[in-house]
Amino acid sequence: MSATPDDMTSRISRQAGNLGRWFNDRLDVATFYRNHLSEYYASKNFNFWYYFGSFALIVLVIQLVTGVFLTMNYKPSAAEAFASVEYIMRDVRWGWLVRYMHSTGASFFFIVVYMHMFRGMLYGSYRRPRELVWILGMLIYLTLMAEAFMGYLLPWGQMSYWGAQVIVSLFGAIPVIGEALSEWIRGDFFISDITLNRFFAFHVIAVPLILVFLVVVHLAALHEVGSNNPDGVDIKKLKDDKGKPLDGIAFHPYYTVKDLMGAVVFLGLFAAVVFFAPELNGYFLEHANFEPADRLKTPEHIAPVWYFTPFYAILRAVPDKLGGVVAMGLAVFVLFLLPWLDRSPVRSIRYKSTINKVMLALFAISFIALGYLGLKPVTPLYTLLSRIFSLIYFAFFLGLPFFSRMGKFKTVPERVTWHD
Amino acid sequence: MIKMNQLIAIMLLLGVASTATAAGGAAGVIQHADNDVGNINSLQRGARNFFNYCAGCHSAKYVRYSRIAEDLKLPEDLVLDNFMFGKGKVGDTVSVAMKPEQAEQWFGAVPPDLSLTGRSRGSDWIYSFLMSFYQDESRALGVNNLVLAGAAMPHVLADLQGLRAAEFKTVTGSDGVEHEEFSGFRQVTPGTLSAEQYEEFVRDTTNFLDYMGEPVQLQRKRLGIKVLAYLVLLFVLAYALKQEFWKDVH
Amino acid sequence: MADSTQPVTAPDGEADDKSRRRFLTLATAVVGGAGVAVAATPFVTYFRPSARALFLGAPVQVDVSKIELGSMLRVEWRGQPVFIVRRTAESIENIAKGASLIADAASDQSDQPEYAKNELRSREPEMLVVKGVCTHLGCAPQYLPSVNAAEVTQPWYGGFFCPCHGSKFDLAGRVFRGVPAQKNLAVPPYQFLGSGTLIIGEDGGAA
Repeated sequence: MSATPDDMTSRISRQAGNLGRWFNDRLDVATFYRNHLSEYYASKNFNFWYYFGSFALIVLVIQLVTGVFLTMNYKPSAAEAFASVEYIMRDVRWGWLVRYMHSTGASFFFIVVYMHMFRGMLYGSYRRPRELVWILGMLIYLTLMAEAFMGYLLPWGQMSYWGAQVIVSLFGAIPVIGEALSEWIRGDFFISDITLNRFFAFHVIAVPLILVFLVVVHLAALHEVGSNNPDGVDIKKLKDDKGKPLDGIAFHPYYTVKDLMGAVVFLGLFAAVVFFAPELNGYFLEHANFEPADRLKTPEHIAPVWYFTPFYAILRAVPDKLGGVVAMGLAVFVLFLLPWLDRSPVRSIRYKSTINKVMLALFAISFIALGYLGLKPVTPLYTLLSRIFSLIYFAFFLGLPFFSRMGKFKTVPERVTWHD
Repeated sequence: MIKMNQLIAIMLLLGVASTATAAGGAAGVIQHADNDVGNINSLQRGARNFFNYCAGCHSAKYVRYSRIAEDLKLPEDLVLDNFMFGKGKVGDTVSVAMKPEQAEQWFGAVPPDLSLTGRSRGSDWIYSFLMSFYQDESRALGVNNLVLAGAAMPHVLADLQGLRAAEFKTVTGSDGVEHEEFSGFRQVTPGTLSAEQYEEFVRDTTNFLDYMGEPVQLQRKRLGIKVLAYLVLLFVLAYALKQEFWKDVH
Repeated sequence: MADSTQPVTAPDGEADDKSRRRFLTLATAVVGGAGVAVAATPFVTYFRPSARALFLGAPVQVDVSKIELGSMLRVEWRGQPVFIVRRTAESIENIAKGASLIADAASDQSDQPEYAKNELRSREPEMLVVKGVCTHLGCAPQYLPSVNAAEVTQPWYGGFFCPCHGSKFDLAGRVFRGVPAQKNLAVPPYQFLGSGTLIIGEDGGAA
């Protein structure tokens, strides 16, 4: 008896099913799929601010893949690094595309991460029981800053060299151990080939591993307690008779399909930069970095890449070198404390009192203003403005325990706000 | 729906990104190059200019002759015969015969490699630099440059532009301090090119340097249009798919 | 209580609904998949030899006008030695004499362009151009043109001897029977440009 097409297809699907069952008996992917995708319930009212987590994952993958390809042709020595980057840009087939994706990806990573963090501040995503998710996220942010800083030395351009020179010398400001610490980091008495090679090792292997590990734990911690939402409502409080949250929808297919749509828009913006403005007027790829590093020639104006400039502005606002370093460190550290500084009776900005809205807006404005000021050379006016905005920045955190309980708060509804 | 915060963030980001980077050198002296890297004829003339006037001292060590031939649509033999000094293969990079030690001795500085000047300084700077040589008897070379004061480079194009003198006037600034301000050029000896011809010469040369900074620029933009067109199509489908599933959500 | 996800359809519409959903999913998957495939292509092409590799592996021009009769010139092309031998009339005759010792006389199993698939394995009888790489395990063979040379077992009409494992080749680069190597010495693409110039790595497409 010859096999009919129907027999064949049902035999194949049975065999596929058997293989699937063999695998699943040894590693329960089906339950993982249910817990984290098809039966992970997230609130149905996610808005624009909720895209950035998945965008961060996309950028991470882009950076890892393009990074591997760059490493195939990059030479981590002071003598060859700069030329190897030009080799990639000109001689290696499609090398220019891989390079631009990586440099654009670095800046996009920070845009996405800043938006993602701001979402947390808007909706109280760092509040109980998600403090650990926030801490892990902050650790990711720190790791990302280290990754970007070390990556930036690798092209060995003027800005790479002098930027690293400035930042490593900040460690020298630490009393007692400062100089020894700087020498330990550099592996030499000045930023040299030795420093470049070790930054390469960290940038390519050590820090990406840490980053991926932290991202996994960050997602695990999130899924443990479930996602927040723009109203700050706990959707697990009201469930139907099957145990599903009334305001919840399955992550897959609803958010996979929505994030796919968002991803296409995101990739469109990404492609627009990569293909039409990869330098972005000197903000994503700095003009000075197209000159090879010259230890004997200091550039007119040394500034870190734009994503570090808010903290750089705070550093420069303090007249004392050590004081500046401490202020800069505190500016980052204070973000870790948000879950405990915010004592508001409600999670989300939507239901907070007016003073809270004003203070958050002032925080956002001061962060952006400091970012702009950090790019600029030092003038008396800019220094004054940096000081004012630094004070506003810190005032937000220092005042938070107090104004988070001041004013009239709205009643948080039982069900999330949502229109069909 | 865009919230107030987002709007401010987006506007500030765009505003910061579109701020023109400040020009180096004396203020008001940097002119717009207005070169068009898409103009192949201009690039061809610029290449000829570069190899006739610049490549004797300046290398372009990241640029290959074969790449120039391909991008500028020139036959490889033509490029080999007219652009390459001495012997070499068409896939070779543009190197210069002068040793760095000799250069230091003769000029006081090594003529920089020009592969990336189009990106590190930009077209406007290069154009203005080549336009801004002026007579200066106090210097060994007899010339100085408004854009790069104390430049070690002689006015290689003096035959073409002729020699000009720069006029300065004393001006009191808003801070009460007097300083010299550039007020114009005066032609001293004529050159073989008219002012418009010289400007075109410099624009073409600048164009070629712009091209050398990033040879792939034209292809990248063309490809970008195709990529964005595809993403628009994909978005239409992804959006429809999203709407289809989200119909169920109440 | 009502749940957040309920299909919105008229009673008959469910089938339409499902097929519309399936169509859109398939369409998005196909268009998206095509995009992924196109996006992956540069990453595959990235591996191919770069402009620098092409330059370093570019054809090599050699002036062969001054080679003495019977002597060999060794040049490098794409990282490998190439032997250029100006054969004497006598050694050309000797090639025929030693034909019975040869394993692949017609070069059917060996690597050469069409114009070298002949008894003398060359474009011109006088000039032999072969890769100096033993086809056994890659050592560089020695050039032993003298008949009855002491270093090799007889009969020997002149040729190449590989010291690593004893493979022998005649003056047309053809491999002997009974030696470890199985193929004749490979012939690279080449052509003569006139006025004594040989170019290795380029043959004007005339395979």
